[in-house]
Amino acid sequence: MLFFARARAVLLAAGLGLLVSACGINNVPTYEEKAKAAWSEVQNQYQRRSDLIPNLVETVKGYAAQEREVLTQVTEARARASQVKVDASTVTDPTRFKEFQDAQNSLTGALGRLLVTVERYPDLKSNQNFLALQSQLEGTENRIAVARRDYIEAVRIFNTELRTIPGRWIAAVLYPSARPMETFTAPPDSQRPPQVKF
Amino acid sequence: MPMRIAGPVIPRSAAFERLFAALRLFAAFAFLAAAAVPALPADPAFPPLTGRVVDAASLLADEARARIAAKLEAHEGKTSDQIVVATVPGLGDLSVEEYANRLFRRWALGAKDKNNGVLLLVAPRERKVRIEVGYGLEGALTDALSKVIITTAIAPRFKQGDFAGGIEAGVDAIAAILTGDAEEWQRRATVRTEESGGLADILVLAALIFVLAIIVVVMLRTTWSGRRAVRYHRTRGGHWIALPGPTDRGGSSGGWLGGGWSAGSSGGGGFSGGGGSSGGGGASGDW
Repeated sequence: MLFFARARAVLLAAGLGLLVSACGINNVPTYEEKAKAAWSEVQNQYQRRSDLIPNLVETVKGYAAQEREVLTQVTEARARASQVKVDASTVTDPTRFKEFQDAQNSLTGALGRLLVTVERYPDLKSNQNFLALQSQLEGTENRIAVARRDYIEAVRIFNTELRTIPGRWIAAVLYPSARPMETFTAPPDSQRPPQVKF
Repeated sequence: MPMRIAGPVIPRSAAFERLFAALRLFAAFAFLAAAAVPALPADPAFPPLTGRVVDAASLLADEARARIAAKLEAHEGKTSDQIVVATVPGLGDLSVEEYANRLFRRWALGAKDKNNGVLLLVAPRERKVRIEVGYGLEGALTDALSKVIITTAIAPRFKQGDFAGGIEAGVDAIAAILTGDAEEWQRRATVRTEESGGLADILVLAALIFVLAIIVVVMLRTTWSGRRAVRYHRTRGGHWIALPGPTDRGGSSGGWLGGGWSAGSSGGGGFSGGGGSSGGGGASGDW
């Protein structure tokens, strides 16, 4: 009967594991990892934008060096955004998350002003290098919007799991270090460069 | 001998069947509960993916639609990249970028492991056009190239009201870039590494199954040898290798697994996306 005793033990363990995982005992870490991955993508896309800026500023300088003010604003906003230290705890710390968001938003605003200024320089607008940079910047802004949307959704699912009943108990017992994550407040639409009307 | 072994197996396996039935029921309920979790904010009414050209805004004549679809099919046969053209009557409240990204993800264009889909979206009411590029093709069909296609191939024809011509020129340009010389090699290189990654995954899986099988066999053997060793002293010898019991058990558990998994699969005939996704690559424009 040893064989059956063992087989039964193995099957019972497997069955119990299945039962417990169907209750959602793994939901908290699973959703947390998904939200963290979405956060990495957000950072990744902001970094990509940051990497594009020096090239863009140089190209604009070649045609519109007199627009020193707006160029300086962009460079300074980029420097400030890069100075914000971002690590794993940023997403659970409201003040640090706000700091990150504000820095990136001010860079978005400065870039928007730069692109509006550029409208006055037809030579620059027809420059191939600038056109390529501009479409890359547009694409990156769009990727940021998508990454933010995915992050907001992932955090919504994770926070809901942490704050509703079975997940709340499970987290309290098994994952006491899990904290609700911060999310972006303004919708991505407000990140669009301002429209000019004459 | 086999009778003595088979004897206790029958009631046991019946008990296991009941346990499995209960588990299956439980799993089904758990699945339903998971499906009831609220998903993303409501999508606008997206047209269904009926083919490679989804002309929901009725911009194309049948003949032009068939010609473009044939081109897209030929391209997919050659490179496996899934290009789909969609015209929609309206974008709802969404920007063209957001609409295109959500539609792309809803349709899951491109293969799941390669994300090699492209969506050419035309919204005539808003006068917006967008090329949405899946993750896997962002390197070949860059934002800048997508923008060039829109401004030079698509928008000028749309301005003259020539939708079929603009869409066809756009499709030709996309296909040309995706099969072009320099880009082609670059793209091939990335696709190839992903393929070898898939092979490595299979090898790892095979190794895991092998190790697991060894563990199971060793476990069963120790169980049986323990049994046989006791019996060996009492009766006149037995075959150490003969294991009729596990065969029976393996059969029943295999059936249970098979039932459990096949219930999850879905799909049907016709054209469908391959599970690919997009992170907002591409470009948009207007006319």
